[in-house]
Formats: sequence, structure tokens, C-alpha cells
Amino acid sequence: MLLIGIGNAFRGDDAAGLTVARAVAARHLPGVEVIEHHGEGAELIELWRDRDRVVVVDAVSSGAAPGTLHHLDAAQPLPAHLLCFSSHAFGLAQAIEMARALDRLPASLTIIGIEGKSWTHGAPLDPAVAAAVEEAVGMLLAVPAAPA
Amino acid sequence: MASRVIKVEALARVEGEGSLHIRVRDGKVQSLQFGIFEPPRFFEAFLKGRDHSEAPDITARICGICPIAYQMGASQAMEDALGVVVPRPIRQLRRLLYCGEWIESHALHVYMLHAPDFLGMADALELARKDRATVEKALRLKKLGNDILETFGGRAIHPVNLRIGGFHSTPPKARVKALAAELRWAIEQSLATIKLVGGFEFPDIERDYTFVALRHPDEYAIHEGRLISNRGMDIPVSGFLDHFDEEHVAHSNALHGFALPDHAAYSVGPLARYNLNHDQLAPLAKQAAAEAGLGATVGNPFKSIVVRSVEILQVCIDALAIVEDYDEPDRPFVAYEPRAGIGHGCTEAPRGICYHRYELAEDGAIVSARIVPPTAQNQKTIEEDLHEVVTRNLALDDEALKWRCEQAIRNYDPCISCATHFLKLTVDRD
Repeated sequence: MLLIGIGNAFRGDDAAGLTVARAVAARHLPGVEVIEHHGEGAELIELWRDRDRVVVVDAVSSGAAPGTLHHLDAAQPLPAHLLCFSSHAFGLAQAIEMARALDRLPASLTIIGIEGKSWTHGAPLDPAVAAAVEEAVGMLLAVPAAPA
Repeated sequence: MASRVIKVEALARVEGEGSLHIRVRDGKVQSLQFGIFEPPRFFEAFLKGRDHSEAPDITARICGICPIAYQMGASQAMEDALGVVVPRPIRQLRRLLYCGEWIESHALHVYMLHAPDFLGMADALELARKDRATVEKALRLKKLGNDILETFGGRAIHPVNLRIGGFHSTPPKARVKALAAELRWAIEQSLATIKLVGGFEFPDIERDYTFVALRHPDEYAIHEGRLISNRGMDIPVSGFLDHFDEEHVAHSNALHGFALPDHAAYSVGPLARYNLNHDQLAPLAKQAAAEAGLGATVGNPFKSIVVRSVEILQVCIDALAIVEDYDEPDRPFVAYEPRAGIGHGCTEAPRGICYHRYELAEDGAIVSARIVPPTAQNQKTIEEDLHEVVTRNLALDDEALKWRCEQAIRNYDPCISCATHFLKLTVDRD
């Protein structure tokens, strides 16, 4: 499995995806490769190309309660409004749709979105978001390892 | 309709937030303000008190698209202050690394961000669905830029291998030579790109800009040279602050650059470089530009997409020559002792000149820092372009006018252009 954690460590709840990636990486699980990423779309397409199983964790801003976990399967077209707050408009949602158009999606691509609350520079994770991060980590650790 | 207010509000939580506010009365643009709400980031203050050797890694964080512009400008300014002279093999590798950044940045902008404006498409996704081969080539070109950055920088985003005096380490010969085949492909592909974008339809506008760029005696300047303009200026990099300054304006968080003494707008970036250094383009690049309909001077800002494509070709040719010539240097960097001093550095970021000045204490700590990025320098010119574009297109409805304004702002590939369709337009009509 390839786990990609996306976010900006210095912008409050935007760090959620990175925090999940770091926690999973610290376990050194066999068969699990972890990458921290800033979310630039063209590179994401290269990263997951030709992989079997990929999980992407990113913060989202959909209006749901902070700490809500969203599970999305990229086999279905994404609701574009959910994931498009990357610093560059060519972000995760666009990368998924672009990869779909170019036949470059991995065999399985799951998105775990963690609803954020505050994106303030230098702020820590909101408590509800921190709890959701732990829940996401627990979920990922429970998944049996498979070849990436 | 006597009065028309066009207000473009920022999207929430998009980094590099921008806004455009235009007031039109009796068919004339009365006021126009282009604002950037990106919060001030205080990098110059962060640098105070840090060791001079930390500057390349700290300043790299200013931008994920063009970190090399900041790392190299900082390194050169420190070397200037410390009296370090970098030998030719290392300066050639720096140029190669910079070529990688240009390829990556220009390919993303030309294909993914700007071309859809000219093709009447919403975004690169629509382009991918309608013309898959073109987008695949764009991604491959961008990946080549990333590969060059990874080869010499250690990683593509915020590279970690640059230091004052050169590199922490240099890659083995075989790894560098492996880039050659893809660069040969990229040269062929760049020719096709120039042909493609040269066939676009360009809005009819010609402006008499003050262009400012680096000029080098022997090459299309990227990372060394003197600062020149088409108004007769020819100064060393250390003279930058005698000729240019920045000011805060109420409607924007980005400083607005201007030329002294009369607060005049000036233009930096591909158009400036092309106009000032056209004679130094490689023969193949010159020929491709001519075939795409470009003369030796270009005053239509919308043709910047063609110029950017010519520049992709130019740096692919340059990069291939350096790769073919590569032998691993005996030492990856020049050693030196810290000392007090003042140093200046300036390089051509993909978007235009990026100036650095540092003052160092006896122990090499940074006493003061000043960084003038290209987008700040182009702010006034972007406003003037928009003024002209809006004046000429008042007959367009709001949606079409918004489209044209976005396209005009993207001529400068300012960092906020990353946000495609960032303009949210409201119009009040009397």
C-alpha cells in the first residue's frame, strides 16, 4: 500500500493529512510506503501511477462538523467542491479527474478526507481534528498490508 | 448605463488570494485595483540573526514552484559578501538546475494554466479529455524538469542540496548523462509546443513596456549578468536598489515594485528577457520563434505564452549541452571563512528577476535581508495591462470580460495564477 499524506504543516488543520502520514510511518509497517506531499496535482499523478493500492489523506473543507471523516473511492467521480483548497488549483481533486481522463489511476485509490476548522498560520490542530487524525491512523493500521 | 462596478472577490482559503476591483463610468475605466490578499510572510524578518549558511534553505520555502530562484539568489548574494568565486563547473551545474526549474514551471503554466484560456476551455481537465496526447506530453515535460531538480537538488520541491559555494554533493556522471535522451525528446516536443501556441488567436493589444532583465555577455541570461532595460539602463546587480523600490498600497498585501525616480511601472519575465536578449537565443529557438510569428520584439502581453514556449526550447538546448559536457567536479563546493560584508544576488526566476541583498556580521550572522520577488515587480504593469484590456473590451458581458481579465493576469504567471478561475465577478450597473 502507498499512503500519501497531503497538507501544509504550518497552517492549522491543513496539517491533518501529514500528521496521519507521520504516525503511520513511525510504525514501519511491512508493505506500507508512506509519502508526505504538498498536494501538487501533476506530481500526485506520477506518484500513484502503476500502483495497486493507494490511500490519500488530506484535510477538507466541506462545511461538515470539524473532525468529520470523509471516505471516498476514486472509482467514482469526486464531488469537486470537497477537495479543492490546495494552494494550487491543480490539486488532488483535479489530479484524480486528470488521471481518470489519462488512464493513470491506480487499481484502487481511496481518499480519507478530514474536515478541518481553522487554517491559521502556526496554529495547532483543532481538538476535534486531532481526534479524527487518531481515528484515521487506527483505521489505517487495522488494514492488512498488501504490496504497493 | 452610466456607471458599472466590476468587483472580483477572493475565494476563501486559496493561497495566493487575488482580487480585482474595477469602476467604470460613462464608458471609461475610472479606477482599477488588483489586490493580493496572501498574508505578508515576513521572510526577511525570519532571516535576521540566522547564520548566512541557512539562507538558501529558509528562502527556498518562499515558493514551491520556483525555490531555485530564492536559493540561488541567496547563495550568490552571500558569495558576493564573502568574496567567494564559484568555478565554472559548479556555475554550469547551477545553470542546469535552473533550466530544470524553468522547464517545470513553464510547462505547467503554458499547458495546464494558460492554454485552456486560448482554447476556450474551462481548465486543463477539459483539455485532457479533448486532447489527451497534448496533456500527456505536458506532464512528461514537467516531469523532466522535476527529474533535473531531483538529480541536483536532492528533491524537486524545496531542494536541499544547494549551499553557499556550490552543492553539498554532486551526482555521478552516469546519473546526469541519463537525462540526455529525455532532453532530446523535450527539444523536439518544445518545437511542437511553439507551433501549437503560435497558432492561437491573440487579443489585439500592443504596449510600450519598460522591460528589465539580466543580460550575460555569452548566453541567454538566467543566473548571472548585469541588469539592463530597453530605456538604456545598464547596471551591476548591486545597483538594483538605486533604480528600483517597492511600496505598500492599501488594496494589496503584495508590495508594488516601481522604477525610480518617477514611480513608473516596469515589466520583468519572459517578455522582458525575450525583448532584451533575443540575439542570444539559440539559432533553433530563434528560428522557431520566427516561424511562430514572433519578431525580435514583442509588445503583445498575450504572446507571452509563445515566448514561454520558446524559452522552454532554449533551456532544453542549454541543459542538454551542459549534460553532454558533464564531468563530476573535483569538489562540490568552494570552502570559505565567514566575514562581515554586504552582498547582492539576482537571477531570472521563471517569472522574472528576483533580487536579494544581505548584510552579514563578523561571525556570518545575517544583520539584514531584502528580497524583491518578480511578482511584486510586475504588479503595476499587470494593473496597467488590465486597464487597457478592460477599456478595449467594455462591450463584452461580465462573464466574457472576467475570462479576458484572468487570461491577462495569467500572462504574468503570477503566483496567484495557480488558482484557475479565481475571479468572482459582480457588476453594478446604474
